[in-house]
Amino acid sequence: MIMIIKIFFAFIATIGFGIIINIPHRALVVAGLIGVVAWLIYWGLFSLDLGLALSNLVAAVAIGILSDVSARKMKMPMLIFNIPSLVPLVPGGQAYQMIRTLALGETAQGVHFLTQVIEITGSIAIGFLIAELLNKLWKNLKVQRTVN
Amino acid sequence: MDTCLLAGRIMIESGSEMARAEDTIMRIATNSGFPNAQVFSTVTGIIMSIPDKKNAQVTSVSRRNIDLEKVSWVNRLSRNYADHKITLEEFFGQLQTLDNAVPYFPFWLQVIGAALVSGPLMAIFCNNFYDIGLTSVIGAIGFAIYYIINKYLNIKFISEFFASLLIGILAVLTVRLGMGHSVDDIIIGSVMPLVPGVPLTNAVRDILNGHFVSGPARGIEALLTAAAIGFGIAFVFRFF
Repeated sequence: MIMIIKIFFAFIATIGFGIIINIPHRALVVAGLIGVVAWLIYWGLFSLDLGLALSNLVAAVAIGILSDVSARKMKMPMLIFNIPSLVPLVPGGQAYQMIRTLALGETAQGVHFLTQVIEITGSIAIGFLIAELLNKLWKNLKVQRTVN
Repeated sequence: MDTCLLAGRIMIESGSEMARAEDTIMRIATNSGFPNAQVFSTVTGIIMSIPDKKNAQVTSVSRRNIDLEKVSWVNRLSRNYADHKITLEEFFGQLQTLDNAVPYFPFWLQVIGAALVSGPLMAIFCNNFYDIGLTSVIGAIGFAIYYIINKYLNIKFISEFFASLLIGILAVLTVRLGMGHSVDDIIIGSVMPLVPGVPLTNAVRDILNGHFVSGPARGIEALLTAAAIGFGIAFVFRFF
């Protein structure tokens, strides 16, 4: 039950961020769905004990591929789908804890959270990179097939 | 050439990545019969020249706000132009109206969007279902403050700082008054609408595409935003 509510919330949060950055209204629902899928992948892998970095990485790859597909289907720029669906993955909690512990003078704790934030953002960035690579490979394959 | 520069300026102003803006400019130029046009663009300006003609033109990008609807409109217009559905003059005219157009989503809807972001995200991150309503309200207030200050002062980092300061104060107050349970969770959720998602994503994509001037510049923009939010929150912890 909580799971269903959380999926619904991931959807709503993605759409909300889409409204804030003013994406075309046709794209809202699609972006929301991509956000849900990404969050599900992240959550599933994380509860399998695969660690923060890997689960964020795979989720980011999924976002990259799905947004490229929907960008080509709907003929819109890719980053319209990319950015809102990223929102459920943002390390908001860790970033906040980092600021809090640093402000209260608990440097060791702060550095611990800082490394977590860097780990997550870094793996999301690498995930996008991999997705871009896969998309380019896919495009090249398609071109070759039509040539042959 | 004016059309190219205007299209590029709108795209960069509205938060597109550099590769897309340059690509669009090149495509417009090619479709107008100048396939060897040269474009150099950064986050703060575009330089463009057509080799056969001696003069180059510069346009500066002075303001930046995020409006992905405009990016996708320019994209669509340039596609239409490539398919010869509209002429160059029509294209230029439509770009000008687009440049002055108001955002599609009105202010109140954006505030509701902020509320939708903060409450549910807080529940996802922190497993706290009790404070959802409160977090939504505070997140909406914080975003509204950010928007209003940004409109009058036009300094992004100061508005972010004040918004997060206010969010922190409100969170502490409501918990002291017994309305909320956890200060931490409320702040985490309410700050989410201010997170610099677009500059961050663009920074990564620009660097990947080899735009080593614009990518790091955008990264610094994102970093400063995050720092402004962090200072606001840290302030609250120092004094409450």
